[in-house]
Amino acid sequence: MLSLIVSEGKDLTKEEKQRLRKEKKQQKKIKEKKDDKASQENEKEKKPVTSAAPASQPPTQPTPTKTKAELKAERRARQEAERASKQTKKGETGQQAATSKPKAPPSDLQPVVKRLPEHIQVDNPDVLKKLAKKLERQQIPLRSDYGYKVSLFSHLHQYSRKAPLTQQLSIPSTVIHPAIVRLGLQYSHGIVAGSNARSVALLHAFKQVIRDYTTPQNEELSRDLVNKLKPYISFLNQCRPLSASMGNAIKYIKKEISNIPSNCKEDEAKNKLLNCIESYINEKIILAGVAIAKCAIEKQKISDGDVILVYGCSSLVNHILCKAFEKNRKFRVIVVDSRPRLEGKEALRRLVQKGISCTYVLISAVSYILPEVSKVFLGAHALLANGYVMSRVGTSQIALVAKAFNVPVLVCCETYKFCDRVQTDSFVSNELDDPDDLIVTRKGTTPLEGWENESSLGLLNLVYDVTPPDFVDLVITELGMIPCTSVPVVLRVKNVDQ
Amino acid sequence: MELQAVLMAAGGGSRMTDLTYNTPKAMLPVGNKPLMWYPLNLLEKVGFEEVIVITTKEVQKAMSTDLKIKDVKMKLDVVSIQEDGDMGTADALRHIQPKIKTDILVLSCDLITDVALHEVVDLFRAHNATMAMLMSKAHEFTETVPGQKGKKKTAEQRDFVGVDKSGKRLLFMANEADLEDGLSIRKSIMRKHPRMLIKTGLVDAHLYCLKKAVVDFLTENKSISSIRGELVPYLVRKQFSKTVNSQKLKDDTDDQTQEKNDGPLLISSRDEPLLQLAQERSCWNDHRGDMSEAYHGGKLRCYVHIMDQGLCCRVNTLAAYIEVNRLAPKLFEEPSVHPSADISERCQMGSDSIIGAVCHIADKTSIKRSTIGNFTTVKEKVKVTNSIIMHGVTIEEGCNIQGSVICSNAVIGRGADLKYCLVGNGQHIEPEGKSTKNSSDRL
Repeated sequence: MLSLIVSEGKDLTKEEKQRLRKEKKQQKKIKEKKDDKASQENEKEKKPVTSAAPASQPPTQPTPTKTKAELKAERRARQEAERASKQTKKGETGQQAATSKPKAPPSDLQPVVKRLPEHIQVDNPDVLKKLAKKLERQQIPLRSDYGYKVSLFSHLHQYSRKAPLTQQLSIPSTVIHPAIVRLGLQYSHGIVAGSNARSVALLHAFKQVIRDYTTPQNEELSRDLVNKLKPYISFLNQCRPLSASMGNAIKYIKKEISNIPSNCKEDEAKNKLLNCIESYINEKIILAGVAIAKCAIEKQKISDGDVILVYGCSSLVNHILCKAFEKNRKFRVIVVDSRPRLEGKEALRRLVQKGISCTYVLISAVSYILPEVSKVFLGAHALLANGYVMSRVGTSQIALVAKAFNVPVLVCCETYKFCDRVQTDSFVSNELDDPDDLIVTRKGTTPLEGWENESSLGLLNLVYDVTPPDFVDLVITELGMIPCTSVPVVLRVKNVDQ
Repeated sequence: MELQAVLMAAGGGSRMTDLTYNTPKAMLPVGNKPLMWYPLNLLEKVGFEEVIVITTKEVQKAMSTDLKIKDVKMKLDVVSIQEDGDMGTADALRHIQPKIKTDILVLSCDLITDVALHEVVDLFRAHNATMAMLMSKAHEFTETVPGQKGKKKTAEQRDFVGVDKSGKRLLFMANEADLEDGLSIRKSIMRKHPRMLIKTGLVDAHLYCLKKAVVDFLTENKSISSIRGELVPYLVRKQFSKTVNSQKLKDDTDDQTQEKNDGPLLISSRDEPLLQLAQERSCWNDHRGDMSEAYHGGKLRCYVHIMDQGLCCRVNTLAAYIEVNRLAPKLFEEPSVHPSADISERCQMGSDSIIGAVCHIADKTSIKRSTIGNFTTVKEKVKVTNSIIMHGVTIEEGCNIQGSVICSNAVIGRGADLKYCLVGNGQHIEPEGKSTKNSSDRL
């Protein structure tokens, strides 16, 4: 923008350059049209473009049906000619600057094409059409949205658990590997929930896919296997939106597959891939968990006499607490739970089974119980690049109240869950769960029974929310204890490593 | 390959011998289609491409000539077994064990249903179950059964089915015949599932999804001969047996050296530790209130899908056969009159009647709520109400047939009056004969 205002002289030369560029483009276009329309060239000759080279005359093909197209072509050529002549006439005037001012900046600065992911553009019919086409190409059924969506979240998908995707698949599933169908069902029913469990189950299913895979003729394993995995990933995405940890695992696998040298034999390649998957799980999930627990316990983050508050059921936090208890630290735990998932009950069961003394409250009682608490341990679904923590809905509330009471908040997260997305609110990108989960029957009555018939009633079942880094005091990862704002550094280091 | 379909079509129809002594049960016409076409159609609609059909040589011959079965686009791998041999359904599975490469879906040829098959298979897939089956609420049969004098209520042996409070997990299954002095439930089941619903009014559709390990188990245990009678109750009981749960399967090598009877049943897949890890890390449990993990740590699980709406009928009695002839045509939107039938204009035909191929229906006949098979001839002034007339029958003038079943190739003489009768194969009813509630196959 500034460059235009600087000096006339510079503008003019730039304008001239642009004009020349445009003229050349138009000439190219008209030439193409002349080549395409192989009929009725006589009329076209009458529409000269200033310096248009006389195109060679292809033989006329008298086809009366082409008259409409021919007329269109004439009109187009005429418009181009007029435009070109206008530009040559108004060459030096300032109007040129005005008319092309809006055109210049886009060509000056490279336009930043902001492409939003499709899963947060559900209310845009074009995006939906594109998605439908892509799924059709991959032969995967499209899952239809269910129920009235609250307006703030109408840009997200909302599915019903009673309409599984398998309804539209053939029963001995041939398009999708049976292990993936089973996995998709387990995701949508919630049998496999929690980001670690989901990633492990995904990698397990991929192992089975790789085992049953045979390279077709004239194809390379490195390219064909990646293409085979794409429809499976779309299918899993339709069953339940992929988590950040799953996304990172998929990226890793795709990279490993495409790095397989082409002269590698199939069995060797498959073994290599299976070993890669095993080592990924071992390093990033199992050993990372062990390292985090060690870090937390040895650095006195769990000391005797502590009262630790946990929210929901995070496999990593449960692991840390169990390990600390084994090392004979004396502490007690307060488990905070929330509807409709009530995952805290499962966390409670696992801790009590080990012998840890626990208290159980619902999230509405958090400000009542917080004066007793000495530390808050939270699990994370993903850590975003601007330091925000994405976790189960309710986590940000707990962090906020803890901050108000000056209680330290520690987030435990493995590094494979770090993703380079940036989010500052919980609205833009989230997941909507089945709204029927909110319906509860007490004493024989179900107040929300006919909620679909109420036009102004919407049920909202959010899954995730983001916690700002000001509320988080420390993030414990297998690389050590880092502040929330160091996440981009870790990501940068990881990218450099790879 | 995920599932292989197995269709059991060797059954003899022991509870409707009047109908089956000439036509094998699998080929009995229902709505002018052979009985085994219905389960084959169900499988085809859902997307199966191959079916293993276990049947007798007689049925195999009949299948090769039947048009409807030739219409079926799936590949039918017919395995024939001896008809006089006392082969139970489990014995048949053992017989085809070399062909079985994956988990199987076992169907019986006499099942007519419009169930959404994915409901049963989803239970099988999602919970990694050893067995998943289909059951349906039983409906009363309202039609009068021909050949039965008075309302004979056969003392049907009741089935007791126990499910957990979600209605999906199968906890208990026993037939009244096996329970001598009362129903006893083991304490271990009550401890794990304190709330159990016991249902008696359910019909077993004989549709089972079984893991491949079960078929391998059958080859080792030759004492089990019937799926419904022995295998299913055994699996249901085995869910809660002590040996199953107290074992912590460590290595694959340990499993293979185990000499236990139920070793093959609990074959762990490769990557069992990964599955175990995923389950440990997952925050899901199928029950609440006690200290055990998901599924109580049990590896053997049986699930059932209970249909409460829709048609699910097993055609193994005469009453069921009549009921199904009424309902089955409504499942499909086919024209009730076959295009090749020759029906005169002065024939009164009700809308819920079905006329088969190459029929001749003469003037002044009235056909209401009936099914008329292929190649039948109906002469003038005949009144057919509420009846099932199979193929190749000739009905002379002036007959009045009500609520009856007339088997193939019978000839009903002039002016006969049949009410609630069952006429056997190839029989001749004398002219002016009057029979009520008669089962005439020995005339």
